[in-house]
Amino acid sequence: MDTQVSVLLPIIVLLPLLGGLWNGLFGSRTSRQTVYVVGSLTVLTSFVLSAMVFWHLRLAVNVNPDAAFRYELYHWIAAGSYSFDMAFLADPLSAIMLLVVTGVGFLVHLYSTAYMNDDPGYARYFAYLNLFVFSMLTLVLGKNLAMLFIGWEGVGACSYLLIGFWFKDMDKAEAGQKAFVVNRIGDIGFVVAIFLLLAFANGSVDYDSLRAHFSDSRHVLDDPNTITAICLLLFVGACGKSAQIPLYVWLPDAMAGPTPVSALIHAATMVTAGVYMIARLNFLFVLSPHAMTVVMIVGAITAVMAASIGLVQNDIKKVLAYSTVSQLGYMFIAVGAGAFAAGVFHLFTHAFFKACLFLGAGAVIHGLHHEQDIRKMGGLHAKMPVVRWTFLLSCIAIAGLPPLAGFFSKDAILAETVALKPDVERLEKYYEHGFERRAQYLAFAEKKDGEAPDEKAIAAKTKEIKEKYVASVEKLAPLRKVAFGLGLLAALMTAFYMFRLYFMTFHGQYRGDHHTWDHAHDAPWQMGLPLMILAGLAVVSGWLGMPFGGGKFNLWDKWLEPVLARSHDLVEGHLTPAVEYGLMGLSVLVAATGVGLAWSWYGKGPSTQAAGLATSLKPVHNALLGKYYIDELYDTIVIRPLRAVSQFLFHLVDRALIDLLAVRGPGYALLGVSQLGSLLQDGNVQVYLLGMVAGLAMLAWYLI
Amino acid sequence: MDSSMAQNWLQVTSTSAFPLLTLLCLVPSLFAVAALFLPGDQPWAHKANSLVGSLVTAALSLVIFSRVDTSHAGLQVVDKFNWIPSLHANWFLAIDGLSLPLVLLTTFLTPLVFIGAWSAIDKRWKEFSIALLVLETGMLGSLLAIDLLTFYLFWEIMLVPMYLMIGIWGGKDRVYATVKFFLYTMFGSVLMLVGILYLYQKSGGSFALPDLVKLTLTDKEQVWLFGAFALAFLIKVPLFPLHTWLPDAHTEAPTPGSVILAGVMLKLGTYGLLRFAIPLFPGAMGKFSPLLLTLAVTGIVFGALMAYVQTDVKRLVAYSSVSHLGFVVLGIVIFNQESLQGAMLQMINHGLSTGALFLLVGFLYERRHTREISDFGGIAKRMPVYASFFVFVTMSSIALPLTNGFVGEFLIFAGTFKEGMHSAIEPGKFNWRMWVQVLGGISTAGIVLGAVYMLSMVRRVFFGEIKNAANESLSDLTLREKLIVGTLSVAILWIGIYPAPFLQLSDATIKAMSAPNRLQIQQVRSPIDYRREMQQGLAQ
Repeated sequence: MDTQVSVLLPIIVLLPLLGGLWNGLFGSRTSRQTVYVVGSLTVLTSFVLSAMVFWHLRLAVNVNPDAAFRYELYHWIAAGSYSFDMAFLADPLSAIMLLVVTGVGFLVHLYSTAYMNDDPGYARYFAYLNLFVFSMLTLVLGKNLAMLFIGWEGVGACSYLLIGFWFKDMDKAEAGQKAFVVNRIGDIGFVVAIFLLLAFANGSVDYDSLRAHFSDSRHVLDDPNTITAICLLLFVGACGKSAQIPLYVWLPDAMAGPTPVSALIHAATMVTAGVYMIARLNFLFVLSPHAMTVVMIVGAITAVMAASIGLVQNDIKKVLAYSTVSQLGYMFIAVGAGAFAAGVFHLFTHAFFKACLFLGAGAVIHGLHHEQDIRKMGGLHAKMPVVRWTFLLSCIAIAGLPPLAGFFSKDAILAETVALKPDVERLEKYYEHGFERRAQYLAFAEKKDGEAPDEKAIAAKTKEIKEKYVASVEKLAPLRKVAFGLGLLAALMTAFYMFRLYFMTFHGQYRGDHHTWDHAHDAPWQMGLPLMILAGLAVVSGWLGMPFGGGKFNLWDKWLEPVLARSHDLVEGHLTPAVEYGLMGLSVLVAATGVGLAWSWYGKGPSTQAAGLATSLKPVHNALLGKYYIDELYDTIVIRPLRAVSQFLFHLVDRALIDLLAVRGPGYALLGVSQLGSLLQDGNVQVYLLGMVAGLAMLAWYLI
Repeated sequence: MDSSMAQNWLQVTSTSAFPLLTLLCLVPSLFAVAALFLPGDQPWAHKANSLVGSLVTAALSLVIFSRVDTSHAGLQVVDKFNWIPSLHANWFLAIDGLSLPLVLLTTFLTPLVFIGAWSAIDKRWKEFSIALLVLETGMLGSLLAIDLLTFYLFWEIMLVPMYLMIGIWGGKDRVYATVKFFLYTMFGSVLMLVGILYLYQKSGGSFALPDLVKLTLTDKEQVWLFGAFALAFLIKVPLFPLHTWLPDAHTEAPTPGSVILAGVMLKLGTYGLLRFAIPLFPGAMGKFSPLLLTLAVTGIVFGALMAYVQTDVKRLVAYSSVSHLGFVVLGIVIFNQESLQGAMLQMINHGLSTGALFLLVGFLYERRHTREISDFGGIAKRMPVYASFFVFVTMSSIALPLTNGFVGEFLIFAGTFKEGMHSAIEPGKFNWRMWVQVLGGISTAGIVLGAVYMLSMVRRVFFGEIKNAANESLSDLTLREKLIVGTLSVAILWIGIYPAPFLQLSDATIKAMSAPNRLQIQQVRSPIDYRREMQQGLAQ
C-alpha cells in the first residue's frame, strides 16, 4: 500500500513539468483553450493526487506516528564521498505544503485563464506558471537539501521569468533581474551551509540522516559555534527567498509581474520557502538558541518595518507586498522562537487570505483597466460585490480578529514567543563533548611548549566554557519580550493598513474617472470562484489550531508533532490559561484598535484628519513613502561602487597594467610586431598552409 | 618510493591490435588532404567533405568509447610503437578517464561547429575546412598522447590552424589578436619544450609519461620544471593574470574559431595540468598550491567584474570564460576527489555552455554585423526562439540546478569546503586550512557576480522596447541554427538532470590518480594533514 502511494510523489511533481513543457514548446501553435486546459488540468490532477497522499498519510500516521512516504527516483550526483539522490519525501510537513502549493496553484491557474485572456503571451505565461509549480513541488517534496535547493533556485528562475513577463517594459525586466540577483546573494549562504553540513555530517544532506546525525551528540560537529554559523548561513538563504531584512528589497519590485503571479509566488508559496526550510531543519536550529534568536529578532524587525511602510502606500499591490514581507516576518518570529508548528500554521492560513487579497486586488485592477492607485478608487462595493466580500473576509482574517484564520495563527505565535524557552540543561548535555574538545584545544594552544596540558586544567577550562555558554543562552531570554512587543505593534499596523486599503478601495466615493467607473465590472466566474474558495478557507482554516482546552483540540500541532518531535525536546514552556486568554484579549484589542482607526480616518474615503496627520508628521511620512530610502542606500553603497570598481580594474589593471605594461611592452620591444603583422595581413592562405606543411615535414625529417 | 604513492593509473591495461587511436587522430587530416583535391570555388563540396569528415571522426570516437572500460583506471586502447628509434621516442597514444570526456566533447562539438560555419564563414571555405580539420587532429592528438614528444608535436600542430583562423577569417583587429595569441602561446610552448628535453635527458632517454613520473627530482628541479610546464598550460587556460590574450583572440576570431577555442582548446590547459604537470611534479604543485589557489579565485572574481563592464557581447563571454576556468583551476588545486570530479565535469560544461553562447552570439552577428550591446535592446520580441535559447544557455552558464553548470560548480565548491573543513587546525598559524577557507569563501562571490553580468547583458540585449530600427527586421533562428543549439541544449540538460554517466567516465581514473598525487601534494602544502591521510590510507 505504502509503496503504491509513494509512486504518486514523482507523478505529482512531474505532471506540472510536462504541462509546462507542452505549453512552452507547442502552446503558441495550439488554441487558447488547449493551453488553459493543459496548464490547469495538470495542476488540478496533482492536487487530487496530493489529497490522496495526504489522506493515506493520515491513515498511516494513526498506526505509526513516524510514518512517511518515500520514493527514490535515481542517484543524481555521486562523487568521492558525497552523494545526492533524486528522492521524494512526504511527511506531515511536506504533505501540508503539497496541498497548499497544488491547491492554491490550481486556483491561480483557473483565475489566470480569465485574467490573462487578453494577453498574447498566454502560452508562455502558462508554461512558466507550470514550471513554477514543478519547482515548488520539488522544493517541498525533496528528501534532501540538494533537492530543496534545486526547487529553491528553480522557483527563483521562474520568478525571474514571471516578474519580467512583460519584458518590453524595461522596469519590469529590471525588477525580475533584481529579484534573481538578490536571491542569489542569499543563496550563497544557503549553499555554503549545505557544503558545511556535507563536510561535517558524513557527506549526506538527506533529512533523515541529518536528523539522526544531530540527535546524537557523540557525532562530530558538537561545537555550538559551528552549528550557529551553519544555521545563520541557512537563514541568510531564507532572508533572500522570504524577503527579510536586509534582502527584502526585491519583493515590492516583484509586483511588476502579473497579479496572479504575485498571489501564487510572492504571497502563498515561494516566499514562504525560507520558513519551510527552517521548519524542516528544526532539529538543527534548536541546537543553536543564538541563531534562533537572530531569526526571531530579524523577523520581528522586518514585520514592523514593512508594516510601517505599508501604512502609507497608495498602490494596491505595493500595500499587499509590504504586508507580505511583514507577515513573513511574523513567521520568522515563530520559527525563531521555537514555535515551528505555529510558524507553519501562519504560513498555511496566510497562503489563503493573502492569495485571496492579491487575487481580489487583481480583480479590481482587471475591472478598472489596470488602475492600481487606491486614491483613484473608492465605492467599488457596489460594482464588485464578490470581490468586496471576499476581500473583506480576508482583511478580517489578516487583521487577526476572531474567529477567522489569522487570529488563531497570529495568537499562537505571540503566545509561544513569550512562553517558550530553550532547555539549557539538555543543550549543555548535547554539547558536552564539544566543550571538552574546545577546552583541550584552547589549553593546548595556550601552552607554547607543545606539551600536553594536564587533566585538571582541561576540566577547569571545560567548566568555564560551559558556564559562559549557559550564561550567553540565558541572556537571550529578554529578547523574546522584545519580539513579542514588536509583533503586537506589527499587528496593530497590519489591522490599520489592511482596513485603510479596504475602505479606500471599496467604500466612500469613487475618485477615478467616469469612463472607467462605467466599465468597472465584477470578477467573471473563473476569478470569482477562486476568490470564494480562498475566502472560505481564510475563515475556517484557523480552526485546525484551536488554542482552547490545553491543546486538546489543536489538530494542527498534533499533526506536525512527528516532524517537530526533536525540537520539543530542546524547547519547552507553557502558559497558564489565564495568561493565555489575557494575551488573546490583548491581541483582539490591538487588532480592533487598528481597524477602528482605519474606519475613523478612511471609512468614508480619505479624511482630512489623515491628511493633517501626514502633513504634521511630514518627515516621518516622507521616510515611509520613500521606503526608508533603502533602495537608494543599496544603490549608493553596493551597485554603483561595484560598477565603478569594475571599470577601474578594467582600465587600470586589466588593460593598462597587465596588458600594456607587462605583456605588450616587452612584446613590442622584442619582436617588432608591426612587421610580423603586415606579413600575416595580406598574405596568401595557400602560402601559410604550405608553410605549415613544410614546417611539419622539416620537423619530421629532423627527428627521423 | 612508497607503494601508496605509485602511479598505477598510468599502467597500460588494454592495448588495441588495430591502431584505433592513431586512426582517430588521422581521420580529420585525411579529409583535410581530400579537401586539397576538391575545387576551391565550390564551397558546398568543402562543407560536405568537412561535415562527413567530422562525423566519421565522431562515429569512430564512439567505437573507441565502446572499447573503454570506465570502471577501471589505467591507460586503455593503447597504440604504442617505436617511432623515432634514434631518439627512443615512441608513438604512444592511450585513452583513460581524463581524456575520454574531452575526446568525446571534441568530436561532438566539431560537426556542430562545421554546420554553424556554413553561414559564419563566407570566404575561402577550402582553406577553412582544412584548417579546422587539422586543428581537430591536433586537439585529439594532444588529448591522447602519453609520450611527451608526441604530445608536443600535436600541441604545436593545434596552434598553427588557430593562428590562421583568427588571422584570416577574423574581425578587423585580427592581426593584433593573432600576434598576441602567437606570442603568448609560443612563449609557453618553448618553456615546456625545454622542460621536456630536460626530463628526457634526466631519465636517460625517455619521453614516456609512465617512465618520467618515476623520476626522483630535487625540490629545485621540481619547482623549475613545474614552472615551465604549468606556465604553458596556465597561459592556455588562461589563468589570471595570463589571460589578456583571450578577450582579443575571442573577439577577433570567427565564430567557429571562438567555439573551438573556448570549447576545447582552453581545456587543454587544465587537462595538461592534470595529465602532466601535477603527476610529474606533485611536490611543486604542493608548494605552488596557495599561489595557484589565490590566482584561481582572483580570476573567478576578476573575470566576472571584467565581464560586467564589457560593451561587446563576445568580449563579455570571453571574460566570463576567465571566471569559469578559474573554477576549474580551483577544483584542480584543491585536489580531492569531489573537486576533481567537479573540475573534470566543469571542463565539459564550459565547452557546451560557452560554446553555445559563442554560437548564439555569432548568429546575431551574422544578422546585424555588430556585437555592441547598445546596438540591441528589445529583440526578444523579434526573435523569441533565439531569446529563449539564449536565456536557457545563460541559466546553464550561471549554474542553475538541473543544468550542467550546477553539477560542476557544486562539486568544485563542495570539494573546496570539504578541504577547508577537514584540514587540520594549527593554532596560531596561517596554514592550508586558512588559505582554503578564506579563498573558498571569496570564490562564492562568483555565484552572484555570474548572475549579475549575464542577466544584465540579457536584459539590455533582449528586453525593453526596440529602439534601433535596424533590429525591427531581425529574423528568428533558422532550422539549421535551431538544430545546433538544440543539440547543445539537450546535452546541457542531460548533464544537469542525470550526470551519473558523465561522472562515471572519469570516476575510476580520478580515484586512482588522486590518491598518490594528493599525498605527495599534501606532504608539501600541509604536512600535518599528510600524516593523518597517510594513516587513514594505511588503515584501509
